[in-house]
Amino acid sequence: MTDHVLALQVNGETHRLLVTDHRTLLQVLREDLRLTGTKHGCDLGECGACTVLLDGRPVLSCLTLARRAEGRSVTTVEGLAENGRPHELQTAFAELGAAQCGYCTPAMLLTARALLDETPDPTPDEINHALAGNLCRCTGYNKILDAVQLAASRSQG
Amino acid sequence: MTMPLPAFEYLTPATLEEAVELLADPDRSVMVVGGGTDLLPKMKRRQMTPDTLVSLSEVAEMRGIRTDEEGRCLIGASTLLPEIEASLEVPRVLAQAAGEVASPQLRNAATIGGNLCVDTRCNWIDMSDSWRRASGYCLKDGGDTCWVAPKSDRCWAVSSTDLGPVSIALDASVRLLGLQGERVLPVEDLYRNDGIAYLTKAPDEILVELVLPPEVGRATYHKLRRRGSIDFPILGVAAAARFDDSGTCISARLVLGAVASAPRRATEAEEYIVGRRFTEEVIEEAARLATGPVRPMDNTDLGSRYRKWMIVVYVARALRDLAAGHA
Amino acid sequence: MGGDYAVVGRSYPRVDAMDQVTGQTQYADDLRPPGTLFGRHLLSTQAHALITDIDTSRAAALPGVKAIITGADLPIAYGILPVSQDEHALAVDRVRYVGEPVAAVAAIDAETAEQALELIDVGYKPLDEVVTLDQALADDQSLIHGEGPGQNVHRSAALEFGDLDEGMAVADHIREDVFFFRGNNHAALETHAALASFGADQKLTLWSSTQVPHYVHRTLEKVLELPAGRIRVIATPSGGGFGGKTDPFSHELSAAKLSMLTGRPVKITLTREEVFYAHRGRHPVLMWIKTGFERDGRITAMHFKSFLDGGAYSSYGIATLYYTGALQTTTYRIPNYRFEGVRVFTNKPACGPKRGHGTPQPRFALECQLDKAAEDLGLDPISIRLRNAVQPFSKTVNHLRITSCALSECIEEVAEASGFADKHGRLPEGSGIGLAVGAYMSGAGLPIYFNDMPQSEVQIKVDRGGGVTVYSMAVDVGQGSTSMLATVVAESLGLEPGDLAMVTADTDLTPVDLGSYSSRVTFMAGNAALEAAEKIRSRVVGAVADELEADPADLSPAAGRITVDGDPESGVAWPEAVRLAIAATGPLIESGSYRAPDLAGPYRGAGVGPSPAYSYSACVVQVGCDAETGTVEVERVWLAHDIGKALNPLLVEGQVEGSVYMGLGEALLEEQAFRGGLHRGPSLLDYKIPTALEMPPVETILIESIDPEGPFGAKEAGQGPLLPVIPAVVNAVHDALGIRIDEVPMTPDKVISALRDAARGGEGRFGPAGIPDFEFPEIIRVEPPEEFVAP
Repeated sequence: MTDHVLALQVNGETHRLLVTDHRTLLQVLREDLRLTGTKHGCDLGECGACTVLLDGRPVLSCLTLARRAEGRSVTTVEGLAENGRPHELQTAFAELGAAQCGYCTPAMLLTARALLDETPDPTPDEINHALAGNLCRCTGYNKILDAVQLAASRSQG
Repeated sequence: MTMPLPAFEYLTPATLEEAVELLADPDRSVMVVGGGTDLLPKMKRRQMTPDTLVSLSEVAEMRGIRTDEEGRCLIGASTLLPEIEASLEVPRVLAQAAGEVASPQLRNAATIGGNLCVDTRCNWIDMSDSWRRASGYCLKDGGDTCWVAPKSDRCWAVSSTDLGPVSIALDASVRLLGLQGERVLPVEDLYRNDGIAYLTKAPDEILVELVLPPEVGRATYHKLRRRGSIDFPILGVAAAARFDDSGTCISARLVLGAVASAPRRATEAEEYIVGRRFTEEVIEEAARLATGPVRPMDNTDLGSRYRKWMIVVYVARALRDLAAGHA
Repeated sequence: MGGDYAVVGRSYPRVDAMDQVTGQTQYADDLRPPGTLFGRHLLSTQAHALITDIDTSRAAALPGVKAIITGADLPIAYGILPVSQDEHALAVDRVRYVGEPVAAVAAIDAETAEQALELIDVGYKPLDEVVTLDQALADDQSLIHGEGPGQNVHRSAALEFGDLDEGMAVADHIREDVFFFRGNNHAALETHAALASFGADQKLTLWSSTQVPHYVHRTLEKVLELPAGRIRVIATPSGGGFGGKTDPFSHELSAAKLSMLTGRPVKITLTREEVFYAHRGRHPVLMWIKTGFERDGRITAMHFKSFLDGGAYSSYGIATLYYTGALQTTTYRIPNYRFEGVRVFTNKPACGPKRGHGTPQPRFALECQLDKAAEDLGLDPISIRLRNAVQPFSKTVNHLRITSCALSECIEEVAEASGFADKHGRLPEGSGIGLAVGAYMSGAGLPIYFNDMPQSEVQIKVDRGGGVTVYSMAVDVGQGSTSMLATVVAESLGLEPGDLAMVTADTDLTPVDLGSYSSRVTFMAGNAALEAAEKIRSRVVGAVADELEADPADLSPAAGRITVDGDPESGVAWPEAVRLAIAATGPLIESGSYRAPDLAGPYRGAGVGPSPAYSYSACVVQVGCDAETGTVEVERVWLAHDIGKALNPLLVEGQVEGSVYMGLGEALLEEQAFRGGLHRGPSLLDYKIPTALEMPPVETILIESIDPEGPFGAKEAGQGPLLPVIPAVVNAVHDALGIRIDEVPMTPDKVISALRDAARGGEGRFGPAGIPDFEFPEIIRVEPPEEFVAP
């Protein structure tokens, strides 16, 4: 086993960690940093529940080696709010019932955030395509779509 | 975090030469990792347990898209799929196919080299170690029986690359670098119709870049999968053709993906359509001929019979696209 | 009831929504007390075999391994139903399916636990693999439970209400059809997880993503032989349940035992693959249905047979068996009805309850047959249903009491909203529209184990500062039960739901609620909460009345005050009112409870089906089909649901949309498939649940029938809306392509097979050919209730 000292930038904070090569970003986030907002549903890249943003782009932390994240910025659901003020997406998801069990929600929010950062006023089709790698078992996605649109319109307004 | 990866050393050489040396190191069992989206799940399932993973992400020359003076588009093997999807330099059909691979998150990590070299798949092997122990390890897994075709002496795992068939239809080549030096070969020759030794690349060779010819003519790609995202293809039809002013086909390449252990040219259908105009009758006959070279097996989603039927439908649709002038 | 409410009927977010969206909600696997060990199960690699030997010595010698247990360490059998205690935490002497837990390891980390599994040697002596219905019904295969060869029948049943032969004799038209509903899995996004901690004080705490902490509590008591008072079960916020976390599970017992042995917390989180083995999903059911009709579409008689493939263990199976025959009568007035059913054991993971428990399968068969019958009789799908529709405040032929019922309104409104009459039979080739209905229980009338105690208890404590804490063991599995409780209490006390503190799902802290299954929580816990809140309200209002020398009848809680009716500025603020009440009458702590009325009919098997109220749904689905590929694209769904009263329309809509989603997955994609005893794809890649791209817009129509016994008139929303979705899709595909697919999931290959069959001059059908020969038990004949009214 090979260990590396890693400087990992998560939600704007730099953590120095001793990481074994084969550990995934998901493991490091949840087990070492105890940022348990990032979930896991399959561990194999099939459900999207472990999505985090790597330099602003959604990737699956269960299939990302922690060492791959070195020198890049990682954003998890815990980093979405700023100074205690929830992101528009978080407010919209809460208001519109876009979370039921809430388990897919952190990943869904981060994927939506990356979409809005790139496409501030997405069409429903663009939203569905952007979220097509995030499985949700409760909502049927209708309210998630509504919430992303609401957040987009508020951010625009 | 219920499926830990087996331990390995992760190396990130900065140059191709270093990378080739690592691959050739006799003291290591080395695998190249691109985005890891194919390899890491398989390693979590203990389908392979290399002691060293070599990432090529730090090799600068393997990244990016450029067009050379001859008008050829060169795509570094470490280029991520979204870059290809968004690029105006690459043929539209390649961009489209790149945008249909897996899911958005997987594409954000996946490289074109990884997709071209993606391991063959089979629902007898892409399972946990415990499951495989229950079934009995298969041919590709070190056992002595292919569970898909127990009488067969070869492995029938399925080529699951989207960009392979498209690249072959576009008459693209790959540049490989190994201890013996560099070679360029047509993408078609990169593959071998064998579920285990599905690549002709030597173990120490690195796929450096994809080279697309300057002119690609009309081309299209139709992918069959059950959901609009996440799923691997269970049939892919890539077609490219040129026509003269009268609408007569003067050259054609028709490639079937995900129905054999390698992308397969439908040569009989290709020969049939060259010299003809794409009337509905011609299209239907070509589609019928296209099923000739492949025998889909019952080792993916949906049944082999259905996938065979769909070859006809998908080839016809691809040819109609070409007739309608899709570029 | 139906009046003006301040909170009830208003849409507002879940009370825990901000925790969810900020990632603060702690699910079971998020917990990790200091010193936690990681547990893993070794799984059976045999479908059916005797265990000849288990050697754990090599694994035990691995550094970092702290404990290993096998079946011998947990020898006491258990099961969710008292009559079928046939499970063990870890296989004892014999394994019955691939994936069954055989041993459990606790180690310092996940890697070590995994390595240890590879070092456990298990010897097996294989037995016959019984994997199909036909194999199970043969009499020469190894018994899965018991010794020697025999028929692997778990339970069979035969009931007749009225006179079937007489009903058939007067029919103008009789149809016989065979349908097959392939089984499927709940596939909640959160895999099951449990953390157990056995302390130096000899007390056990188990945190688990369970829907039924009370039943888990009872199971731990039995299997671990600990007094119930020394066991605390906490149901953690659930990452989805849908019935998949409604049994006591091996990993809960293994984690507890491993913690008892090591004195350290032990956590076991299932892999996705293990979830498909823990299963308890929808039973595969083969169904035969013969129905007699008059010319005008009135049903004269129905004969229904079901064959359930139960997998290796009983789980809720006896209930499931009866459910396949029980609720047909809750939507249609069937004057003569015979039900015969059998559940078999097979060497596959145990089936159990999934959203709709045993009723989506017969509903699929019934609604598709009705569509065919309407076509035979030249009737439209709407009128044949309206002709037979059950009426409010009636009794069914099998003695089920119907109270509020807006089935006819649901049909009419959904037809109107979707333009069904203008579209059915008139859309272009490839496009189609289908209709179906359903009904579901608002809670099973009877508890799982016989007792005379309440089915739900709620306690409310009010602090001197006015803070209200509600205690209930009800489990929020995402359906919003905690928000529902907050709504009911807030309405009663004139507060906002967000003002309340909610303590739920903890056997030490909260009074019993039987759990989140059978859509019982709104009706039962809601009524219990309302009773407790009304007691608090009455004491507070009384104290304020004394203080103001007013008539309590003129005072009500509203907007955080106790005010004189009609004058919102009057009276006293809530905190002050609370202090007056405590000063006057002591601690402000009250409880309420609910027990369903005794509704069971006068026959054996009558315990399955009765409910204090039934929800009703009608669904229209519009599809676009590709006749070349067999692909079915669902373009739009309309669903009218008789909710009684929507306590929080936003959350009710969420349940409807989620039910539609799950129904579409079952109709088109999802199947727990096997090759022999091997699961064909225990992963979220191979087991295909719909993505956002497969999901159409859903138009929800809520119809409020105001149930006389429901809290504020409310009924269930979590399961009923799923029922009509599946047959509505299948009927829509018939409208689009003219074919009949009598088997779900309706995958594209089946559609193409039926189209090819039609092109060759066949009937254009895909489905099972027939049913096996099976001798059902002697029929129990039951007189219909006097109140039954034929259509």
